[in-house]
Amino acid sequence: MLLASLLGLSRLQFALTAMFHWLFVPLTIGLGFIIAIMETYYVRTGNEFWKRTTKFWMKIFAINFAIGVATGIILEFQFGTNWSNYSWFVGDIFGAPLAIEGIFAFFLETTFFAIMFFGWNKVSKNVHLLSTWLVAFGTVLSALWILVANAWMQYPVGMEFNPDTARNEMVDFWAVALSPIALNKFIHTVTNCFVVAAVAVTGISSWYLLKKREEEFARKSIRIASVFGLISLIVLIWSGDGSAYHVAKKQPMKLAAMEGLYRSQNGTPIVAFGILNPKKSISRLERDSLGFALQEPYLFNISIPKGLSLLVDRKSNTFVPGIEDIIQGGYTYINDLGEEVVALPVRERMKRGRIAIEALANYHKAKEVGDDHGKELSLIALKENFSHFGYGYIEKQTDIVPNVPLTFYAFRIMVILGGFFILLFSLAIYLERKGIIYKTRWFLVLSIISIPLVYICTQAGWIVAEVGRQPWTIQDLLTTGASLSGVSASSVMTTTIMFFVLFSVLLAAELTILFKVIHKGPAQ
Amino acid sequence: MLYLLQHYWWLLVSLLGSILVFLMFVQGGQSLLFGIVKSKEEKTLLINALGHKWELTFTTLVTFGGSIFASFPLYYSTSFGGAYWLWMSILFLFVVQAVSFEYRGKAGNLLGSRTYEIFLFLNGFFGSLLLGVAVGTFFTGGSFVMNKMNITNSIHPVISYWTNGWHGLDAIANPFNLLMGIVVYLAARTLGLLYVIKQIDLDSLVAKAKVQIKVTGVAFILGFVGLLIALFTMTGHSVSPENGVISAVKYKYFFNMAELIWPAIMLICGVLLVLYGIGTSLFSKGKFSFYITGGGGVLAVWSILICAAFNNTAFFVSTVDMQQSLTLYNSSSSEFTLKVMAYASLFIPFVIGYVIFVWRTLSKTKISDTDLDRPDAHKY
Repeated sequence: MLLASLLGLSRLQFALTAMFHWLFVPLTIGLGFIIAIMETYYVRTGNEFWKRTTKFWMKIFAINFAIGVATGIILEFQFGTNWSNYSWFVGDIFGAPLAIEGIFAFFLETTFFAIMFFGWNKVSKNVHLLSTWLVAFGTVLSALWILVANAWMQYPVGMEFNPDTARNEMVDFWAVALSPIALNKFIHTVTNCFVVAAVAVTGISSWYLLKKREEEFARKSIRIASVFGLISLIVLIWSGDGSAYHVAKKQPMKLAAMEGLYRSQNGTPIVAFGILNPKKSISRLERDSLGFALQEPYLFNISIPKGLSLLVDRKSNTFVPGIEDIIQGGYTYINDLGEEVVALPVRERMKRGRIAIEALANYHKAKEVGDDHGKELSLIALKENFSHFGYGYIEKQTDIVPNVPLTFYAFRIMVILGGFFILLFSLAIYLERKGIIYKTRWFLVLSIISIPLVYICTQAGWIVAEVGRQPWTIQDLLTTGASLSGVSASSVMTTTIMFFVLFSVLLAAELTILFKVIHKGPAQ
Repeated sequence: MLYLLQHYWWLLVSLLGSILVFLMFVQGGQSLLFGIVKSKEEKTLLINALGHKWELTFTTLVTFGGSIFASFPLYYSTSFGGAYWLWMSILFLFVVQAVSFEYRGKAGNLLGSRTYEIFLFLNGFFGSLLLGVAVGTFFTGGSFVMNKMNITNSIHPVISYWTNGWHGLDAIANPFNLLMGIVVYLAARTLGLLYVIKQIDLDSLVAKAKVQIKVTGVAFILGFVGLLIALFTMTGHSVSPENGVISAVKYKYFFNMAELIWPAIMLICGVLLVLYGIGTSLFSKGKFSFYITGGGGVLAVWSILICAAFNNTAFFVSTVDMQQSLTLYNSSSSEFTLKVMAYASLFIPFVIGYVIFVWRTLSKTKISDTDLDRPDAHKY
């Protein structure tokens, strides 16, 4: 069973810490900007109302920031403790953004955070405002570098494999930092943070209106948050479309899992809504390809004809490969060089991956005995097959399929909720302009309910991104299994339980503190 | 060029490590809780004074880790993945610290103020002690085996293993590491006391800190002398830059100091500053003792860390097979990556500049009750 294995537990621990971390980070990033906008109003108008408003949201920010920091350090340590092979194999590329993140972003956040909270009467209004903006900017900058690192894992560029050191080495920093996937991921994630904060501010403010408290504070907060949220959401959706485009090009299996697409055709439809057939199991492909093929993928679905082709290639007749197509290969696609090539079956890629790994071993044997000819031959074989290197660690071809139901449903939850938030923000703007928001009870209730929904939405987004790319840590080059440390499963289980208990307690503490602060309100 | 960059990055990582030891005055200050700091008023003042700075220490720790990952990834993977329990213990101790300042005084914090104070104490005492133990392994090594070519074993491709079941807890049992841990703790505590004297406006607490500094300061100096004796008489490991062959060398770290000279000068200057700093706290108001002692500490720690790897020294020795030890040459990132990061590192003086500006701005006045009770104050 996966969860009893070192791999399963290490993945569980990473997922747990990443998801906990992601409960706090989006609000911190988004709220930083909302606070900065509010303080700008204060400095420009001199109205004490805006200072009070700014300070209330800053309190929420600080409580959230602390636990975000606590969960963040664990992620950094875990690369070494639980994924030590990974740390060596790609540390040359992955480590640099982390170090740059520390030097540039973390110090910016931390240093000006101090002025933001402790400097109200120690610096001028303008210096304080600048500090608040710098903290907001710092949070985004830290997101940039970690997302550059994450994007590189999904689409490794700007590097070469060095057979002497047995690892990947960076050869083009700008290719890593400015990869289109990194930029897209950055925009998508940061605007998502803005939306989370906007929904949270709108929801909390709605609670005050529902309780008939702090009407001016709540309405003005909603006014800022809903406009900020709507603009962010439009950019978010635009970048989401870009994201699907990149996934189709670089991670076709992830796209197939997102769509629950097994066998495809030209002009591939997109499933707007569907229920997967639980009997459709990819593992049956290993045993009985006929039985596998006969099962319908969906119990029920509503599809838009040619939708997926249009989404990923802007052409109505494009062939988007399904899970079974990718495993069996044989279809044509356009590669990075713009050439039309035939996709190799996974079995063939596994064979070539093993040749690459063996060639690396032979290279070192030849090097030890001073056999230059042997070294040369091994290098040629390694180079020819390196793009399949990671497939050498795959045991059976179906291992390259991620968890389909989890990816499929998470994707739909994300998209449907994203659409819902457009409605929410539009309604908020409309009702506030009409001046009737405070008495539109159903909207206020809906707005409060939206707070947990936005967290479900953003977590679902990460599930799509991270579960969907399994079994790879580095797409096509390194599997999660080959990234592990040499520790025991029991050690990882113990630390996972410790983290889970600790995080649960801290989360509960955070929530009760937040509720108390909200209950007291900005007047206190 | 690669040779230069490897040494440049070890210099930077060591500098970050030494600044971290200075900034661990926060941990040292936290360890005073339940000791000399007892009353509610004293606790609140201490926690707020430290609370203005804790994130800077935390960020330095994170950046120290990130920089080692980026510049010497093989150390990161071998030590973190091998000495698993040592690093996990450090991690837990810092996780509980991160929430404690903000949550301690808040209504609805679920666990009660005292629990968060205990968290702060645990982080202050054990956090600094265990970080010191981890630094000690730069000199004593670890029980690991490492072979990069294991990556070609497609069933078990793990590059490095810890060879005993203690997974890093064995490092605590090593007397040198333990002594290093105790000295780091005492340094942090000494600096914590000096920070109290400098920054807190409460006579009763300052008076207690002045009494305490005599005990802690002397213990720190004695411990540090003991550490230097142990360091200079121990056997280190030398690496041949040509063929990577590693050999044991008696009094290696003493020779490193003697042969390089400049770390020895740094060490002597550092020690003199530390002695002068502690002395001024005993015989004067001690307004600058914190900075003088801290600056001296940075110089001393930096020089010791430099000697862990410079002069062709293996900085993480495998006690199982000496030849698998880590050196600047076999564990670093590529020349290209080190170069890219070297360009990024040119901005470090700018970062240090604004950190100092903000530090000075916020530390102009001492922290007092009236200061914390202002309506504008963000009180922990």
